[in-house]
Amino acid sequence: MPLTLRINDRSVPVEVAADTPLLWVLRDELGLTGTKFGCGMGLCGACTVHVAGRPVRTCITPASAAQGKAVTTIEGAGHDRIGRAVQSAWLALGVAQCGYCQAGQIMSAIALLRDTPQPTDADIDAAMAGNICRCGTYPRIRAAIHRAAEQLRGAA
Amino acid sequence: MSGLTRRAVLQGAAALGGLALCLRQSGRIVWASQPPIYGADADPGGVVDNPLVFVSIHPDDTVLITVHRPEMGQGIRTSLALVVADELEAQWPRVRVIQAPADETRYGSQDTDGSRSMRHFFEPMRRVGAAARMMLEGAAAAHWGVAVAEVVAERQQVLHRGTGQRLAYGELAEAAMRQPIPEPAQVRLKDPAQFRYIGKSSTRSADGADIVVGRAVYGIDTRLDGMLYAVVARPAVLGGKLAHCDAQAALAVPGVVRVVQIPSHPLPAQYFPLGGVAVLASNTWAAIKGREALQLQWDDGANRTYDSQRFETVLERAVRQPGKVVRDQGDAMTALQKGGKRLEAEYYLPFLAHASMEPPAATARIRDGRCEVWAPVQAPQATRDLVTSLLGMKEADVTVHVTLLGGAFGRKSLPDFAGEAALLSRAMQGRAVRVMWTREDDIRHDYYQAVALERLEAVLGPDGMPLAWLHRSASPTENATFEAGAEGEDQTEYGMGMINIPFRIPNIRLEIPRVPAYTRIGWFRSVYNIAHGFAIQSFLDELAHAAGRDPRAYRLELIGAPRRIDPRSLSDNWNYGESPVLYPLDTARLRAVIERATREAGWGRPMPKGRGLGLAATYSFMSYAAAVVEARVGADGAISIPRVDIAFDCGAQVNPDRIRAQLEGSCIMGLTLAMHGEITFKDGRVQQSNFNDFPVLRMPAAPREIRVHLQPASFEIPPGGVGEPGLPPIAPALCNAIFAATGRRLRRLPIGNPLSSRAS
Repeated sequence: MPLTLRINDRSVPVEVAADTPLLWVLRDELGLTGTKFGCGMGLCGACTVHVAGRPVRTCITPASAAQGKAVTTIEGAGHDRIGRAVQSAWLALGVAQCGYCQAGQIMSAIALLRDTPQPTDADIDAAMAGNICRCGTYPRIRAAIHRAAEQLRGAA
Repeated sequence: MSGLTRRAVLQGAAALGGLALCLRQSGRIVWASQPPIYGADADPGGVVDNPLVFVSIHPDDTVLITVHRPEMGQGIRTSLALVVADELEAQWPRVRVIQAPADETRYGSQDTDGSRSMRHFFEPMRRVGAAARMMLEGAAAAHWGVAVAEVVAERQQVLHRGTGQRLAYGELAEAAMRQPIPEPAQVRLKDPAQFRYIGKSSTRSADGADIVVGRAVYGIDTRLDGMLYAVVARPAVLGGKLAHCDAQAALAVPGVVRVVQIPSHPLPAQYFPLGGVAVLASNTWAAIKGREALQLQWDDGANRTYDSQRFETVLERAVRQPGKVVRDQGDAMTALQKGGKRLEAEYYLPFLAHASMEPPAATARIRDGRCEVWAPVQAPQATRDLVTSLLGMKEADVTVHVTLLGGAFGRKSLPDFAGEAALLSRAMQGRAVRVMWTREDDIRHDYYQAVALERLEAVLGPDGMPLAWLHRSASPTENATFEAGAEGEDQTEYGMGMINIPFRIPNIRLEIPRVPAYTRIGWFRSVYNIAHGFAIQSFLDELAHAAGRDPRAYRLELIGAPRRIDPRSLSDNWNYGESPVLYPLDTARLRAVIERATREAGWGRPMPKGRGLGLAATYSFMSYAAAVVEARVGADGAISIPRVDIAFDCGAQVNPDRIRAQLEGSCIMGLTLAMHGEITFKDGRVQQSNFNDFPVLRMPAAPREIRVHLQPASFEIPPGGVGEPGLPPIAPALCNAIFAATGRRLRRLPIGNPLSSRAS
């Protein structure tokens, strides 16, 4: 079926089977490979993007559900100041090890900070519980979210 | 070992009907006529330290440094490159890292496992950088017509001291390449006091900036013109074969292009594809849907009755009778029968899956008689050898590009998935094909860390210290993946933390019973150290409590006075392939990490009810690690871990921040396997499938604080491993902490969270 998706502020027409998850449209059709496959069941968060500002697991979200809504992937995460603050905190604290899950982690962290500019540890637990990191970067992810929050507060 | 010799070994192995020898983790083929060789020299592929292979400098002053070891999160692309850059006097912001393709003749050993990269290539990469620096100095001196002693390289320029003239590296590069390469003995290394990047924590990661914007390219991200996307239905039982395939419905799925059978390789599995039926499509989703539509029947073969629960009784029988004696000191069997307090315990570790976040994936294309592969592999040369053999090509016609690895942990040492891609590309007349494993494929068709049952017995003397120690370790050997009928751990397996216990016990007997394997066995981060460390470090805790002693003081007394032990005196003739002279077991360093971790953790501080501290300390991969876990156990059995203190000594430290990161990660992975990790088999089939039934630790359950305490570094001490040695102490430290908190002794992993009733 033909769809028009709005991805990272660009309008893109695609032609895919109706049940195709957004993940495979992003990766296979559009070449936006920053969004990762991890489980196919919405269990690991590696495929997280924002649809209409909300974090969404694209491996279980049909592309058709994103029709007409703004989609932001990791490739577009730096378009706003929260995204840039998160990316810069990630770099400053050397969060990534293999890096594979980090796109999903960053997208979840940005969504958290948008809703909750000064998250507590409990807020971070709740927002990040759906994102698995097998390398075990959780302590640095937590620290980086706090750091990004601080930086954004200072800049506000 | 030179590349030529490696090839001879390979041909020898092939003549015997397999490619196994070149893959064996020990990496050592010992020839009777040669003196023993150690370290990287003993690795197939050996060492190359030619600066022209690893360094090139563009006229625009960009410094290209080739890293020949795959990057899987350990930071090696940054760490090896910064070693070269430091000795080269390059400016890190101008360095670009190039990933070497598979070619051990050109680059030396690329087999990235066993925590060996820095152990084996710190010194060679220092020589690479220093030799290139000397060639640049030589070129500048020639340009100015002055003696080379009058010039000095600093910060990517060569300075003539007398006149203050400077030439940038970019201006000198071409002439420098024509300078003679200094002989290794003439290479002037820096004084470590002059290091600018080595041993510092401020060096920007080679890949971090790409990762945070989604630009980093992993194996699963390869995209080529006209590429097809493939998923494969593999036999559920190891050794199973396809009996019948009806692909009609699969071919009717829009986007499905072709269904291709992959032949099953006869057992042993080695690193050949498992066989099965591949669905190739114009996108991943169509391939997945096509696979679901396949109508398949299988002949499950001889392993169809394998049941891991029943196998536990095989392991129990095995550890309750004598096995092959691998260390015998004094007369443990007699001493165990004499009077004194006697303890015995059995510890169980289940099969473990690696579950790297990037599942196996590889892409292949064949054009003009040449095959190119893009793959996230820890063993690039083994991948190239496999593809060469599967396609019947010449090695020179096979190129393996190494992508970033989205986690690996030992799984991607075995390149069966790259072989699938190569076979499928050939089936499609060379068209580019990318194979992706789903998570279910990954969990069900892994090369698992072997199940293990460890039995320990001890008798305590009047002072509470052990007079006798008997340890039997029953675990299928990884060798069974390569040699039909191999049974029981070999010296590289019991060499991981079982044989080399440095305890002052007069009577020690260590035995290896023979147990068979019915599954693919592989290497999981720290490998057999997991089971051995869990058992030994838990048993020490049990002995201490039986003796009414503090577990920390008890351990230190058992280890005894500081001394350097030749591993051969502990019947350890492997020593991770390292020289026993260069790498003795130094009990002072083991004591020191115990003292540091316990001090930092506030060992002995009063704990409220339901809270406890647990200690474990292990020596593996030439590094010393001690962990103190603080555990809190609720009335409902729910475990939380507020804090872990880890003290670590790996000798020379090249990239301290990445060492810390590896220890943090090892801690999380160790807690995952302690609490959750378990693969079981029924009717020959793996019963788990995804993160719902093979859970891994998530943010809320991770310790709030993981405090890593690096021992003071010294470049006088050769580097030890970093990627693996942080893992073995974690599970026993947690279980010891839970004992301290609750009085409940846990001898069976995983313990569950909340605590499982099966755990003890």
